[in-house]
Amino acid sequence: MSSTATATKHEDHGHDSHGHGPDAHAHHPEQNFFMKYLWSTDHKIIGMQYLFTGMFMALIGGFTVYAFRMQQAFPGMSIPGYGRVTATDYNALVTTHGSVMIFWVAMPVLIAALGNYLIPLMIGCDDMVFPRLNRLSYQIFLVSVIVLIASFFVEGGAFGGAWTSYPPLSAKAQYNLTPLGAPMWLFAVALEFAAFLMGGINFVTTVMNSRAPGMKMFDVPIVVWSIIIASILFMASVGPLIAGAVMMLFDQTLGTAFFDPNKGGDPVLWQHLFWFFGHPEVYVVMLPAMGIVAEVIATFSRKKLFAYKTVLYTMIGTGALSFFVWAHHQFIAGIDPRMANIFSVTTLLISIPVAEMLFVYIATLYGGSIRLTTPMLWALAFIGEFLLGGVTGIFLGSSGADIYFHDTYFVLAHFHYTFFPIAFIAVFAAMTYWFPKMFGRYMNEAWGKVHFWGTIVSFNFIFIPLFLLGARGDHRRIFDYTHFPDLMKPGMQDLRILATLSLVVLLSFQVIFLVNFFLSMVKGEKAPANPWKSNTLEWVAPSPPPHGNFPEGLPTVHRGPYEYSHPDRQDDYWPQNAS
Amino acid sequence: MSSFPRPIATTRSVTGISTGKLAVWWLIASEIVIFGGVLGSYLMHRIGHPEWASQAAHTNTVFGAVNTFVLLTSSLFAVMAHQAADQKDGKKAAKFLYLTTLGAVIFLIIKSVEWTGEIQHGFTITSHTFWSFYYTAAGIHGVHVIVGAIIMLVIANDARKGIDLQRVEAVGLYWHFVDIVWIFLFPLLYIAK
Amino acid sequence: MISKYVPSVSSFSNDIDSLIWLVTVIVGFWFFLAEGVLLYLIIRYTAQDGVKAKYIAGEDPKEKRWVAWPHYLTLGFDVWIIVAAIQVWQNVKQTMPQADETVRVIAQQWAWTFVHPGADGKLDTSDDIRLVDELHVEKGKTYHFELNSRDVLHSFSVPVFRLKQDIIPGRTIRGWFKATQTGHYDIQCTEICGIGHALMPARIIIETTEDHAAWVMSKTPASASLTVPSTQVGGMP
Repeated sequence: MSSTATATKHEDHGHDSHGHGPDAHAHHPEQNFFMKYLWSTDHKIIGMQYLFTGMFMALIGGFTVYAFRMQQAFPGMSIPGYGRVTATDYNALVTTHGSVMIFWVAMPVLIAALGNYLIPLMIGCDDMVFPRLNRLSYQIFLVSVIVLIASFFVEGGAFGGAWTSYPPLSAKAQYNLTPLGAPMWLFAVALEFAAFLMGGINFVTTVMNSRAPGMKMFDVPIVVWSIIIASILFMASVGPLIAGAVMMLFDQTLGTAFFDPNKGGDPVLWQHLFWFFGHPEVYVVMLPAMGIVAEVIATFSRKKLFAYKTVLYTMIGTGALSFFVWAHHQFIAGIDPRMANIFSVTTLLISIPVAEMLFVYIATLYGGSIRLTTPMLWALAFIGEFLLGGVTGIFLGSSGADIYFHDTYFVLAHFHYTFFPIAFIAVFAAMTYWFPKMFGRYMNEAWGKVHFWGTIVSFNFIFIPLFLLGARGDHRRIFDYTHFPDLMKPGMQDLRILATLSLVVLLSFQVIFLVNFFLSMVKGEKAPANPWKSNTLEWVAPSPPPHGNFPEGLPTVHRGPYEYSHPDRQDDYWPQNAS
Repeated sequence: MSSFPRPIATTRSVTGISTGKLAVWWLIASEIVIFGGVLGSYLMHRIGHPEWASQAAHTNTVFGAVNTFVLLTSSLFAVMAHQAADQKDGKKAAKFLYLTTLGAVIFLIIKSVEWTGEIQHGFTITSHTFWSFYYTAAGIHGVHVIVGAIIMLVIANDARKGIDLQRVEAVGLYWHFVDIVWIFLFPLLYIAK
Repeated sequence: MISKYVPSVSSFSNDIDSLIWLVTVIVGFWFFLAEGVLLYLIIRYTAQDGVKAKYIAGEDPKEKRWVAWPHYLTLGFDVWIIVAAIQVWQNVKQTMPQADETVRVIAQQWAWTFVHPGADGKLDTSDDIRLVDELHVEKGKTYHFELNSRDVLHSFSVPVFRLKQDIIPGRTIRGWFKATQTGHYDIQCTEICGIGHALMPARIIIETTEDHAAWVMSKTPASASLTVPSTQVGGMP
């Protein structure tokens, strides 16, 4: 394997003469629990590690939101399961909720878990190109989780300066009163970035170099494309924030003054570094969600994806545009007001490719033969709910209207209408869709639908009241509104209570999901290799796929991923590898 | 390490570029943005504060220039190591990689002498935001030099035994990148006064 | 729409409300249209026995127009919104009409200090009136404000004015407003500023010319009141 040419030759014979699967196992004769599940280099195990860690972190994110929403609805009450929420607690809980849900739930589940699990399977190879780098990436991620959780228990408690961590508040212990929590939070975020940089390089290289023979650029499933575009976006945008994080850590620990205006620093610089990453980050998690929806919709409407290339180009367009919109988070932050005009234009322009993706998905349904299975319900709900998140963004991108809406609950409701569909609705679609592949069993369909309706209905009852509250002037991160007479007008506290109670309902419905998920893993009905009659390559492998993925030999690709209901075929699907 | 069974995925090359090299290119791409963040922030401050020149006047251009020369020379050895690897001459490639590593070590020694002197004269990381940037930017670069030196030693040891010669080129790419970053740092931190 | 719940009491708050209303109508139309089409298609094309799905690649221009036309329409409506948004923005943030008076707002963890120019109408004179958590302004007068912070970022927000501006330590940020109605309203800090972020409520008190002058008099030390310029008193009946 010393040079490229011989390596390729070796591979061509590889799956014919001495298939890889058994070969790989030969090197691991003793597969004890530790080696198999915790020290594995198998992309599927690493994907699961990310998935389960992400699910665990979602429980933390869910618990924190429960505690601070209860405080807001019933100020001063002792919260069952938490106790009294002080102002310090409230800020720490809000910060933890935000950073956990973005960095430790959405990112690991959408990019790392799905990317790791799906990419090698969907492009028809046996693993990632750098399995050990992959393992290291998860291990660094795990350390970041431990550092973050440890920061709850240090003196001063967890960081409470919001997930955006604006200095000088975040940079100086005398202001944030969390001398250890703040640097630990930042260090955890930096570690997490390092882990995802490694993962990203691995993903991109794998897809560029290790696709199955015959798989051309436009034969790659949209979900793989979306993860790749997202990884490239991440790699291209996170650098300045890594640099900023180092500078901020020095400000916090060594006493430098990068962001300290009293000593020649500039606090607004951090905002630029943060949002230069922060806004592309939105699309980093959005694109994989869009990709998942494309797969599920095509499969369950038995339709070829409408305008594959358009989807792809709009994804690339969204990614490229997302580098030029960051300052819309800073319209009123004290930047030159002329800049707001430019960023208002770019921000509204980005609505076009995003809207077009949704139009394409809706158009795919036309003439379909739609099966309303649980994954399909989630995918359709994604479109329906994300639409509201998308259109409310127009209010905030319009600089003039943003003067009023900035930092109100309207903003919060807006981005939850985007992030909840991304990090939960699309992820539930993915988990219910690929569950038979991952564990070789079906999830319970009836309980799946109960979970679906419970979640969707309560979700809307959380955030529609918050839109209304935002429009009526509720500003964010306030642990007790009773100090503001204008915000205690009749009906406003009722809306807060309605949102909070709906949240409790939403959280309790997740118990149904967890029970269904773990019970189905051992007790569910056995699933065949291709339970949904899909086209993409992961369904060629057995369920669950063994180490090495394709015991019959690595597949060769003959066509695109969405050849459903082809007129020349008896079957309504046509697997990519079928000759 | 080399006993690790490589998946078939690693040996495929749809693009025609070897997987390792492709990954190094992506690594460099993401590193460019990291250094871009540091240098961009520094430049914005520098343009906004012309008076920083009085602080920059205390940097030692001679040390900086010598270090530039050291790094450029080591990059030349990296190129020669790559040539030797292309000719499948592992021993020769290893020799040149050791020389490259020696360049890295000399660079770091000069750097330590330089920094010790500056710190003794009171120019510490907290004394002025210029110095904060000076130590941070050069420090991040220095970490890359140290990491590069370690990786080169590992690869040179393998190459000596004729293992994984394709890695010589990949680490060479990385080393050129580290070199180029310094080429940006040198004028920005030392010459601009 | 907004003014039903939050009074609209500055010279530009109606413009912002109208802009919000314009956006609501446009995106509301699109939102309900898209949701309607989505629902219709789901119901219309639910799987039926023996009916095979259509095979449509969506690459042909004839098919693509179903996506292309909405695309161009979105662009058109975007431009409409942008033009309206920028007009409002320029009026509120980019132009500074001549000031009748200037007030200074000093934010800190966790309180507001408002410095009124006093009877002489000038800041930094001996008759300045400093008040914690209360800002008194006169209806119909154009005010400039200077925002300062003593420690971290804060944000000066007056919802009834539809006005919001972050405050950055080390800088003075200027802006303007003109109240059009009297009343007592909330001032909020809308940028998280530490554990007391929720404990920074302040009130803006908008008064008629007479009431305001009386308030200024009541806060002015006897010695300084002698120097009240005649122009200020001239406004009184």
